[in-house]
Amino acid sequence: MTELIFDENKCFACGTYDCLTKCQYMDIDADTAKVEIEKIINQEDSFVLHDCVTCYACEEYCQNGNHPFYLIVRQQEELDLPPLPEPLIKRGVQMGIPFRGEPEIQEIKGPALNLGVFSSLGNMTRGKLFEGLPIISHDPRKMFHYFCQLMYLHYARTSVINEKLPAIMETIAAHKADEVIHFHDECYGTYVSYAPAFGIDVPFKSVHLFEYLYNKLLELKDEIKPLNYKVAYQRPCSSRLSPDKYPFVEKIFDLIGVESVEREYVGENALCCGATIAGQKKKGSRRFTLDLQEKNINDMKDAGAELCVFNCPACMQTLGKPVAKKGIMPIFMSDLCRLAIGEKTT
Amino acid sequence: MTAKIEYKYDDMIHRCFRCGYCKFPADWSDVTNCPSYARFRLESYSSGGRLWLIRAWVNGEIEWSENLAKIVYSCTACKNCEEKCPISFSDNLVNMVIAARSAMVETGLLPSAVKSFLKNVHLHGNPYGLAGKKRSQWMEGTGIEQYQDQEFLYYVGDEGSYDTRAQSAAKALGELLLKAGVSFGVLGNQEISDGNEVETLGEDGLLEELAKKNIKQFKDLGVKKVITLSPHSFNVFKNSYPKFGGEFAIFHYTQILPQLFQSGKLEKPAGLNMKVTYHDPCFLGRWNGEYNAPRTLLKDLDGVELTEMGQNKKSSLCCGGGSGNFYTDLLGGSEDSPARIRVRQAHETGAQVLAVACPNCLTMLEDAVKVEGLEEKLQVKDISEILNGSE
Amino acid sequence: MNSAIYKSLVEIVGEDYASDRPEELFTYSKDLGTSEPKWPDYVAAPKSVEELQKIILLANEAKISIVPLGGGLSLAGIALPLHGGILIDMKRMDEIIEVNGKARYALVEAGVSQGKLFAYLKKHHPTLAHSLPDAPPAATIGGNIAIHGQGDLAHPHGFNSDMINGLEVILPTGEICRFGSCSIGSGWFTQHPLPDMAFFLGWGGTTGIITKVSLRLFPCKKIRELDMLVVTDEELVPDIFHEITHVGMTEDLVVFSQAIPPMTDRLHHIINNISGDSEEELEFKRRLIYDDRLSKFIEQGTVGIVATSQDLEKPSVTKTADWRKGGGFEYVGSVFPVAAYPELYRKGVEISTRHEIPYTVTGRVIGANHAIMFSWSYAFNRADPKSVQHANEALHETDDLVLEFGGTIWKPAVYGQQIVMKHMDANTLALMKKLKNMVDPNNIMNPGNWEVA
Repeated sequence: MTELIFDENKCFACGTYDCLTKCQYMDIDADTAKVEIEKIINQEDSFVLHDCVTCYACEEYCQNGNHPFYLIVRQQEELDLPPLPEPLIKRGVQMGIPFRGEPEIQEIKGPALNLGVFSSLGNMTRGKLFEGLPIISHDPRKMFHYFCQLMYLHYARTSVINEKLPAIMETIAAHKADEVIHFHDECYGTYVSYAPAFGIDVPFKSVHLFEYLYNKLLELKDEIKPLNYKVAYQRPCSSRLSPDKYPFVEKIFDLIGVESVEREYVGENALCCGATIAGQKKKGSRRFTLDLQEKNINDMKDAGAELCVFNCPACMQTLGKPVAKKGIMPIFMSDLCRLAIGEKTT
Repeated sequence: MTAKIEYKYDDMIHRCFRCGYCKFPADWSDVTNCPSYARFRLESYSSGGRLWLIRAWVNGEIEWSENLAKIVYSCTACKNCEEKCPISFSDNLVNMVIAARSAMVETGLLPSAVKSFLKNVHLHGNPYGLAGKKRSQWMEGTGIEQYQDQEFLYYVGDEGSYDTRAQSAAKALGELLLKAGVSFGVLGNQEISDGNEVETLGEDGLLEELAKKNIKQFKDLGVKKVITLSPHSFNVFKNSYPKFGGEFAIFHYTQILPQLFQSGKLEKPAGLNMKVTYHDPCFLGRWNGEYNAPRTLLKDLDGVELTEMGQNKKSSLCCGGGSGNFYTDLLGGSEDSPARIRVRQAHETGAQVLAVACPNCLTMLEDAVKVEGLEEKLQVKDISEILNGSE
Repeated sequence: MNSAIYKSLVEIVGEDYASDRPEELFTYSKDLGTSEPKWPDYVAAPKSVEELQKIILLANEAKISIVPLGGGLSLAGIALPLHGGILIDMKRMDEIIEVNGKARYALVEAGVSQGKLFAYLKKHHPTLAHSLPDAPPAATIGGNIAIHGQGDLAHPHGFNSDMINGLEVILPTGEICRFGSCSIGSGWFTQHPLPDMAFFLGWGGTTGIITKVSLRLFPCKKIRELDMLVVTDEELVPDIFHEITHVGMTEDLVVFSQAIPPMTDRLHHIINNISGDSEEELEFKRRLIYDDRLSKFIEQGTVGIVATSQDLEKPSVTKTADWRKGGGFEYVGSVFPVAAYPELYRKGVEISTRHEIPYTVTGRVIGANHAIMFSWSYAFNRADPKSVQHANEALHETDDLVLEFGGTIWKPAVYGQQIVMKHMDANTLALMKKLKNMVDPNNIMNPGNWEVA
């Protein structure tokens, strides 16, 4: 049985309860936080379980590495308090069912790029940055065999993640790559944060895409021409699971000559794209998300951003059109890096 | 019922739903983007209708007839259907037609015009049946030299060599290359047909024969890089010759000229004052994804205003000359012939010049301009002629 | 074959557009669905009303059948020549004659494709749209209204055949008639209050051939977007439709459920198309629909908003046809009260499962929730006769249940026509027979269809 590795004493001893007091979406003081976190630990109902927008940020805020977000999600499931309507949950779970046959497993010597469920973005992995790097999950028909499942954290379904993750990891491991570079930040978060938090062994080494891109750019340093753009970075929720990799954002920007605009919603203060908030049951969620997105994009615009750099395809799908309407060009980080070495992107 | 015929695409040809997307350009503006359907407007001539007929023939449901052969050979292999078909087998639509043609070639049951085309290529190295020693007549007095170890082989092709109209484009390109000081030579009378039309007509054996002869000649001469006048030659050299051992760096001329202008080796023609619209040739555009190089050349010219037809790039309407139809003329003889529709589309843009990058399109569209009575209003010119300032 | 008829056809339409050759006869003998082939004796593709009239007069004289064909995408075999004769391909009569922006109508020849009109309006009249059906763009305007088709403006405005200002029709005896203001020389701007032309709609081409249509156009806003909801409980679908249609600000309201892909299995996805000239207008409409009318369902957790502001995407029925890599599907279309949806869905799952076909059902709201066009689709592999047979059996079984459940079959083939007529009021049937005999004394017009015993 897979259990969350969680030490309640760390929470009881925590004086600051950053997980809740720093939450951008709930206004909670330390005293209230203490009460509510204890309720959650004791498997009681708490308004936190109802009002959490599932932005993942508290995983980063917690100074004790005690997985408050995973705890909240687990409890939402235990007490049947999913943030999303039941049809969306059913749809999401069914979406992850592979149905177009088994994947072709080819053994790979060396590193491999895992596209996860973004096989249709394979055209983004062309050019020198990805030259010679074999891709697993390149076939959209078979991509759900590589689905990291972590999306179900928005659905209060850690049970689904825990049930399906072993087979997914087995498929990835079967390729026998030395290391697996994950195109999607959330895949990386699954294997370096979620799995260990639940005591699930991961049978391969994971590399963050931005770390890979940065090292590749260093190899191609002579080909880099500074892009001189002013950019805003849209930090995805899953980035909260690997805060140690977040510095690669600025490192890449420095290397390719783009300037990160000074704005409010960056780093720990980054705002969720709202993809999963819009559909939540809580009254006013749709309108709340629109306001959230407007706040985020106005912040980019007011700071003079010319480009909005995306990490996550889901964020791009959600915010790409709205940022473009405000005159800011949406672009994936990998495509930005390709531009820097003089390549044309799709 | 007759016996079943061996057919390569048995496992997929039944998947055509005959939904009709193959008749349209991307913007759905009319059903006339399939050249054979535009001409005949009977369902048997649409891409879907043709596939159903092929399936019926290979399964013995219907027998071969002249009419069936005409339907199968009326496809110009323009690939509009492949672009528009929403089914995952779309990449093979033209292959399915070619495979049916191969099956017909095996039996010797072909339209007579197609037989004549193939026989001429086989015997004379060109579809016109003209003597090989006349192949280089177009270059007399041009100063263009025979290929002898220069950097590029300029491969002229059948139409550029023999068709009087297309010869002007062949000359214009040759003169441009000379002006730019490009190191190039031609095969002259030693040149034979490239085999592109032969391949699309389903004569695999003849294609192999031509390919091997050409490859041997190129290798013996030490050819590494080839510039082609025609996208048809470009296509077959690039995509089909490698399987016969012919690996060369192949360029259509519109891919070479931009850098010659950029580096100053060529000067832009002066005194131009024209509105131009560009017709995408199928074998450069849909077959090989090259839409930009020709446009770059035109856009950069002073005095030229480039305007687009509604059906452009991936939705370009074929001139109707592909798959040997410039010779067999299966789609001619009507105001609904694709070439005539195309020049009317060009005229609607208000352009005075219809620019092309293919000798096949050049001859087909210029003939259509004449039949449409548009000579005073619309000139058809190869890009090489525009750049060379040719009249 | 009667070569005299062929020669006459060649004289009328030209050699290129008439055929008695096996290839054309084969091609036009086939419907895209499961119907058995029915071979015509001749095929002709007239360019004008005058040419068509001559063909009809010829057919009357020779006592040979005429079957008009538009896009051929009904999938119900309605345009198969059940008794041979002359198959008339209407698609060369494809001129867009007039678009009147102020009165908002388009006058077109019946053979104009849906795609051509759509593209023409987009380019020349971007503030006008017609109700575009889900069929591929090769479907024709005339064919679609003749079968009472519905398109993407069905929720506010009804069937496409409710959107007609006037018709020109050729009778089986060759007379050309006009209905609407056009019949009194006043242009093509209204059908009412003049005598009705309903006698030519829904009759399967058995009473005459539609040659011109004046079709109402509607405002086309600058931004047209697609929102999607999802529901688990089919019983809720009518309620949700009722709420959304009460707001009256949706352009198209469709529900679908299908076994494949798994994401849609046993779920009901609702497509809600919204349009506006500004973001403010769109948001205003969404507030009314989601934050006001549907909020209770969302808060209860019974309805989920999957996405909003998506690009409008026309469904590709061609892809549905290829689910089994088999190139074929056919469907039973029906019209029901909206409240019937849950039972119809359940029946669809049951029948499909029994026939080993992954189920696919769709519903489109007609008018202000006045009815729903509900369809059960059955995919088959054209190369596998068994799967064709399965689909055919499923279709007939479904035809049977439509009347049983209180609906009516939309564009039925002969099998379905017989079922409908069996249930029909006796006086109505008698009138149908009278009218048919009156306009088509030689019974040349698509015989075998809607034949009253």
